[in-house]
Amino acid sequence: MAFILETKDLTIRFGGHTAVDKVTVQIPEKKFTSIIGPNGAGKTTFFNLLSGQLSPTEGSIFYKGNEITKKSATERTRLGIGRSFQITNVFPNLTVLENVRLAIQSQANVRYQMLKHFLHYKRFEEKAHNILDQVLLDEKADTLASNLAHGEKRKLEIAMLLALETEVLLLDEPTAGMALEEVPAIMEVIRKIKAEEDRTIVLIEHKMDMIMDLSDEVLVLFHGELIAKGTPEEIVENETVQSAYLGGMYDEQLA
Amino acid sequence: MVLILRNMTKSNLIYLGIAALLLFLPMIITGSTKFMITQIFVFAIFAMSYDLLLGYTGIISFGHAMFFGIGAYSTAIFMDHFDSSLIALFIAILVAVLFAALVSFIVGMLTLRLKTHFYAMLTLAFAGLFLVAAEKMRWLTRGNDGFTIKAPEILRDSTTIYIISLISLVLIFFGLRRLTNSPFGRVLVAIRENEHRTESLGYNVLHYKVLVTVISGVVASLAGVLYILSLRFVNTGVFGTDLTIDVLLMTIIGGVGTLVGPIIGAALIELAHDWISGLANVHWIFERWLILYGIVYILMVIFFPLGIVGTIREKFSGRKKSKNNAKQKAS
Ligand SMILES: Nc1ncnc2c1ncn2[C@@H]1O[C@H](COP(=O)(O)OP(=O)(O)OP(=O)(O)O)[C@@H](O)[C@H]1O
Ligand SMILES: [Mg+2]
Repeated sequence: MAFILETKDLTIRFGGHTAVDKVTVQIPEKKFTSIIGPNGAGKTTFFNLLSGQLSPTEGSIFYKGNEITKKSATERTRLGIGRSFQITNVFPNLTVLENVRLAIQSQANVRYQMLKHFLHYKRFEEKAHNILDQVLLDEKADTLASNLAHGEKRKLEIAMLLALETEVLLLDEPTAGMALEEVPAIMEVIRKIKAEEDRTIVLIEHKMDMIMDLSDEVLVLFHGELIAKGTPEEIVENETVQSAYLGGMYDEQLA
Repeated sequence: MVLILRNMTKSNLIYLGIAALLLFLPMIITGSTKFMITQIFVFAIFAMSYDLLLGYTGIISFGHAMFFGIGAYSTAIFMDHFDSSLIALFIAILVAVLFAALVSFIVGMLTLRLKTHFYAMLTLAFAGLFLVAAEKMRWLTRGNDGFTIKAPEILRDSTTIYIISLISLVLIFFGLRRLTNSPFGRVLVAIRENEHRTESLGYNVLHYKVLVTVISGVVASLAGVLYILSLRFVNTGVFGTDLTIDVLLMTIIGGVGTLVGPIIGAALIELAHDWISGLANVHWIFERWLILYGIVYILMVIFFPLGIVGTIREKFSGRKKSKNNAKQKAS
């Protein structure tokens, strides 16, 4: 099996607190990997290290066999590592459409064009509507992002990631805080990308049914350490995981 | 879509109409009014260049006068040392633009990696450096006393300068409007809104910031060139911090991120200058000047943070939106 992302002894400390602790892991290409772990386990921090928002205290990261530890967030996105943020991170005073269009423009590599009007690029707009349609947000296309409800912001976050069309999609709790009836649509979008089988998805989630349903492989983080990895079935049966983690908050959901 | 395009051509027509009216204004106004309106054109260009930084990209600079001063001194020194032919002027403008581009590039590369407030302080320091240099290099600049220059023959007529400044203003306005509405311009706005997210979308933020600083610096230097051609005198005041404060006020009062706003702001500030200095017969007027500015600034930030144009636009788009909603509800 080919690995698209690898980390070696990846570690980051904030003061005395080790948020990610010597994590060595390989993410298989074109597979669906999930990361679980209790609150504060270091999942988001791990993503921040992969996508270049943070640089590690120790350890290294490889993408398609090349070291990217020192590369900036910009470079990593262009290499093909895209992400969505757990805490919504959009352009508040721009419309939903403009938010997505900016992602599309980057994907289309139209970066320094100064002479043409942006409306000249009709295809960007069409594509943006198309993506917004997929996440059921198109009716809000002209709304300012800051005026969206929480669940809608989550959808915009996903729309922007989809627009980037990166090879790797890092999804940080895409459905957290969404109204229950909105979740299936987002699940559907994620399932569709998985079905295409040409991209690598890494998902952080707390919803165990979603993990069981989608994942090829599950990684378990606990106090910043990788304590287990395996198929969803293996993870559910893993004793370390059960005693360290599932025994606490998730047993009802699993039952 | 079609509506937006139609609206835009409509606003273009309005702007061009106003420009045409201004073109014929010199026929009916006196020399001193003509000179003042020319000054307004010049500062409008300067303020637009600042709006590119502050309003569109969210870069706060306290040293923008340095580019204005570079334009002014390059022209003046060239005109002074060579003959006052059009060719000398042409070379002077070229030098002004290239020098401004070089300095803005260097300042940008050195400082734009820094956090906003450090950047603002460093630009202040750089501008201070130029001011000190202009004061100390007396053999070249004749220091604080300054010197008068001879403009090329055909540019000595105030109406010619007026028209050249007006045409420059119109061209730069439409040029910058296209720039801010281009894909590049949209990324500038994205940087203003959320720099980190812009990065994680795959845009190299530093490149954009340096590029926009260079463009802004070049436009500001052109304003400096026109300033010298209309005044035919230069002294170290063109590097002064009060000039940066002026341009900051023009942009904020008129409305940041609108381009039209800074033009209106330039007119208002210039008129206010004129009015206040008309009232001046005591020497501590400068104190009052700053106090007045301070008050206006505070009132603006509290009551009209969007500036004149920004506030009007928001009212207008708010109305349009509620009308649309009403329509939707009705259907
Ligand atoms: N920039 C930072 N500075 C200091 N501490 C941080 C920083 N980022 C994260 N931490 C700490 O690192 C630990 C891991 O946080 P992280 O957000 O990665 O957890 P998580 O697994 O994503 O949790 P959740 O499920 O709640 O999202 C926490 O204790 C957090 O307080
Ligand atoms: Mg998290």
